[in-house]
Amino acid sequence: MSADQEVSGTAPPPGTAPGTAPGTAPGTAPGTRATAAVLGGVLRDGGFWADWAAAVGLVVLVVIFQAANPTFLSSGNIRSMLVASAILVVLSVGQTFVVLTGGIDLSVASSMTFGAVLFGFGISSGWGVVTCGVLAVLGGALVGVVNGVLVGNGRITDFVVTLGSLSAASGLALVIADGKPVTVVNVALLRLSTGGIGIIGWSVVVAAVVAVLAHLVLFRTRWGTHVFAAGGSAEAATATGISVPAIKIAVYTVCGVLAGLAAILLVARVGAAEPAANTSFLLNSVAAVVLGGVSLVGGRGSVLGPVLGALLLTALSNGLTLLGVSPFYQPVAVGTVVVLAALLTRFRR
Amino acid sequence: MTQPDVLLEASGVSLAFGSVQALREVSLTLRAGEITALVGDNGAGKSTLVRCICGIHRPDQGGFTFQGRPVAFGSPQEARDAGIETVHQNLALVEDLTVWQNLFLNREIAWGWAGRLGPLAVLNRKAMKARASGMVSELAVNVPAVTSRVRRLSGGQRQAVAICRAAGFSSTLVIMDEPTAALGVQETGRVERLITRLRDDGHAVLLVSHNFDQVMRLADQVWVMRAGRCVAGRRIAQTTGEEIVALITGAQAA
Repeated sequence: MSADQEVSGTAPPPGTAPGTAPGTAPGTAPGTRATAAVLGGVLRDGGFWADWAAAVGLVVLVVIFQAANPTFLSSGNIRSMLVASAILVVLSVGQTFVVLTGGIDLSVASSMTFGAVLFGFGISSGWGVVTCGVLAVLGGALVGVVNGVLVGNGRITDFVVTLGSLSAASGLALVIADGKPVTVVNVALLRLSTGGIGIIGWSVVVAAVVAVLAHLVLFRTRWGTHVFAAGGSAEAATATGISVPAIKIAVYTVCGVLAGLAAILLVARVGAAEPAANTSFLLNSVAAVVLGGVSLVGGRGSVLGPVLGALLLTALSNGLTLLGVSPFYQPVAVGTVVVLAALLTRFRR
Repeated sequence: MTQPDVLLEASGVSLAFGSVQALREVSLTLRAGEITALVGDNGAGKSTLVRCICGIHRPDQGGFTFQGRPVAFGSPQEARDAGIETVHQNLALVEDLTVWQNLFLNREIAWGWAGRLGPLAVLNRKAMKARASGMVSELAVNVPAVTSRVRRLSGGQRQAVAICRAAGFSSTLVIMDEPTAALGVQETGRVERLITRLRDDGHAVLLVSHNFDQVMRLADQVWVMRAGRCVAGRRIAQTTGEEIVALITGAQAA
């Protein structure tokens, strides 16, 4: 609260540069007391909890699960949790781009399935792994471009468009695969899913690179600023000459490309290209974004938040499995966590 | 009195939305280095005229000359490029972005080596923050820090940021649509000083206002609109508030 008062208070007189950062305590109280006061204010601010729900939740879960089962934090389990989270991290980063513009991509998991099936189609046609990977990414990108054009230029609600492409993409996947999985046996793919550096698997490296690149693009480039502007206020963005439809097309394309990339990781992990629905990936990608403090109306959020959200959801299902809880309870736990996180965002200013 | 060099001239501008004739052959002039006020009752066509000037609408008939050349802006961006900046009634700031991000929105400064990357140009945040601080303190704007989010600013501070952005990039004409409509007494005073300051710095200002005291205090010239027509123009020095009110209501013929 004290931080807010300082920001909205009167400004320094003209001439002195307005350099004091918001958030620093105004008084000249001894350092520790001032820090404690600011900290107290921050902790009472609901916005802090909304922004950091994923980080706090992850720490709490780790403490609980480790207390209940000491193998939770063994290097082997950490390794498998990280590998298990890689696909979700990639999908959540893609979802983040879309949600930052105030949209939502319900087709993200179906695009991944579509990409995976294209990969399998390539394999059964006798093409190389690299060609199949490119095909998967292009397939995801295609769904993304169609989503973006319909939302941006067609001015149809994000929800309706991507609900439609969810159905269309998973249908096309079934058509192309004729409903049957294609087994993919390949040394490079096997290494992608099982190899790595120490406890960091290669798929985790891929996910980390995606997250870092996404962060740099969003926070350090001109286009990234325009994504936030288009989501924060489409009207204001348009008034400054930013093309909101072009931004929409771009974010859906980014999300589609990342879904295609996730398809490669999925095929490597499963060892087959299946036309399966993968609906839990859709729910979890939205859940990770909400947990990560990205505003569902757009204009506000980070990349680190959704990444932590994806890790939290993976830790949650891993921990529940370790504790011997029936897997039927996992969707219940995920749903509860997500709604609680969404509730926190109501206190944000 | 300043020299009567005409900056912007509207001649016979008409615009209809379906069967509603919003503007009927509006003709007026704006002089460089002056504050020109545009007054009129609700629905008289003030905002529509402003939108024609800043490139949002295109007139059905008639047109504008700006700095001696006939112009027809197809988009707000073209008007901006020509040096016409607009502070809209709804402010056009992005609340979740910081002050400096708003000041440089779609005009971001990129690093030299990465400037040619187009949309992926890498931002020089340091330079933008420094220049934003400069712009803000130059106009003596009471904005706390350029790193604060606009959401945390008061109405007057937001208006100041919007005006700062309009004035900051070598614009010749700054259009303001009801800049103090939503502000308290003190904040109105601050924004009025800012408007005077813009004129003193050499910008021409077109001020749309409902507040006659404000018009009498600030403007050099006033144009009165009624039912889509521009019915009268007066030098402020040669008119009174009563006369302007009479012109707006139609009690006095031009």
